[in-house]
Amino acid sequence: MSGVGPAGPSSASETAADVRQGRRTATAVLEEHLRRIAEREADVHAFNLVMEDQARSRAAEIDGMVAAGDDPGPLAGVPVALKDLLCTRGVPTTCSSRILAGWLPPYDATVVGRLAAAGAVFIGKTNMDEFAMGSSTEHSAFGPTRNPRCLGRVPGGSSGGSAAAVAAGFAPLALGSDTGGSIRQPAALCGVVGAKPTYGVVSRYGLVAFASSLDQIGPFAANVADAALLLDTISGHDPLDSTSLPASPPLASANLGRGADGLRVGVIAELAGAEGIAHDVASRLAEAVDALAAAGAKVEEISVPAVRYGLSAYYMIAPAEASSNLARYDGVRYGLRVPGADITEMYMATRSAGFGPEVKRRIMLGTYALSAGYYDAYYGKAQKVRTLIIRDFEEAYRSFDVLLSPTAPTTAFELGAKTADPLTMYLNDVCTIPSNLAGHPAISVPFGTGDDGLPVGVQVLAPALGETVMFQVAEVLEAAAPTGGGQ
Amino acid sequence: MTQPISNSDVAHVARLARLALSEEELGRYTTQLAAVLEHAADMAALDIEGVPPTAHPFPLANVFREDVPRPCLDRDEVLSQAPDVEDDRFRIPRILGEAP
Repeated sequence: MSGVGPAGPSSASETAADVRQGRRTATAVLEEHLRRIAEREADVHAFNLVMEDQARSRAAEIDGMVAAGDDPGPLAGVPVALKDLLCTRGVPTTCSSRILAGWLPPYDATVVGRLAAAGAVFIGKTNMDEFAMGSSTEHSAFGPTRNPRCLGRVPGGSSGGSAAAVAAGFAPLALGSDTGGSIRQPAALCGVVGAKPTYGVVSRYGLVAFASSLDQIGPFAANVADAALLLDTISGHDPLDSTSLPASPPLASANLGRGADGLRVGVIAELAGAEGIAHDVASRLAEAVDALAAAGAKVEEISVPAVRYGLSAYYMIAPAEASSNLARYDGVRYGLRVPGADITEMYMATRSAGFGPEVKRRIMLGTYALSAGYYDAYYGKAQKVRTLIIRDFEEAYRSFDVLLSPTAPTTAFELGAKTADPLTMYLNDVCTIPSNLAGHPAISVPFGTGDDGLPVGVQVLAPALGETVMFQVAEVLEAAAPTGGGQ
Repeated sequence: MTQPISNSDVAHVARLARLALSEEELGRYTTQLAAVLEHAADMAALDIEGVPPTAHPFPLANVFREDVPRPCLDRDEVLSQAPDVEDDRFRIPRILGEAP
């Protein structure tokens, strides 16, 4: 263990309160984080871009508002790191891909606008697996991110840069995106909190698309209350995203502090006992169960049979949608163009040079799953399995308020350990994928360490729009987590 | 249902996806895609007769927003990001036959 603390001496909400009331300046808060970045970023590589100049101007602006008696908002002066697939007007947004290197988006993502309106200071764009395809942040065109708690290990992925930034204290808050576990798995591996909200709760306008029926933006933080604060700041209907839910979003922070007394918690048998779950991860899950029972929850094992097929369904559906979404990178309107004699040659030269190996692999897998003769056997079948998973979850939630599972099968693995065999890498997502397929929320909470001293995460799953109870249970787990754990 | 995917299948798919692959890449992707497809074959064990497909977790139909004019993207800012521009338009290589 490197002895790196969480995101600084105070939580994001305390920082914002201090800045709003003039006890600290946004500039001082920012400089403290930039100092940590200067010390360790060369080793960690959490960022594709540190927005030093923009952040300093913005912090000065916040301080000016406070001096003038204006309230900058609930995230006043809080540094926030943004995964590099969230569009920031005039600031490079690469998706860690050569095909978008140097691209300056002409607009801001809705979440970026909401955070700015809340007084946040954007500190940088974080590294990721190219186009969010991967579970280790090794599939970045700009080199891997390393786990701040052990530099020889991966931070998880695809939002590995955001998880690492929070774990290293580079930013108290970060945004990621989660298509099959890309927030929760890196949160688990880096020992921070990460949540995927219900599909449609957070606007995706300005999120570069990977698999549109699965993608959701969500928060990273050093603790559960900060993650709830960040989610509550970005959630809510957006007319610019036609998949945005029209109803008011659930308040993630509404039930914090209420404990778990009387709640019904189901441990998903198929995931707790899935092949490949390491014994130390299983032990931490068992301790988490005991902790919730001690807090007054009624905990039982529950079978959700169809989740066993989640991985197979996901690795047909997500690549199929990706193959369609990534057709837009054609060298015409933005990004890389490699010249060719005619337009088809130009397309092929551009895409072959611009995409990395994992992106090509998924585009081909998806194109195959959608192609004539195979559609019913693969994509069509996966869509039906998706229905079964939703039905089995609905059945389970008739008896339980939340469900529990490991987040990832193991603690952080070594760089290079899984890049040669894609299927081995995909198996990292076995516990996180079902929530994406169902559109349900889920959160990873640090809960002790494995035999190697590295963080273990426990996942709390909730039904659609169940964020309130999900964060409530997550906070109980956080309070009960073994000391010397993820934090 | 598990057709082992062949080199020529992968070459065909790569053409559809507008990707040019080397021989070495073709071989590697064939092996890797076959492994994923073999894993996916476990879905064959499920009885899905009569189960409707799910395309979206919460299908919202006919999503409209108020027809209120609002600023669109700035043309110059958009075009400044294009690889090639002529007369305020995206310029592309020829798309039909031989140039006149």
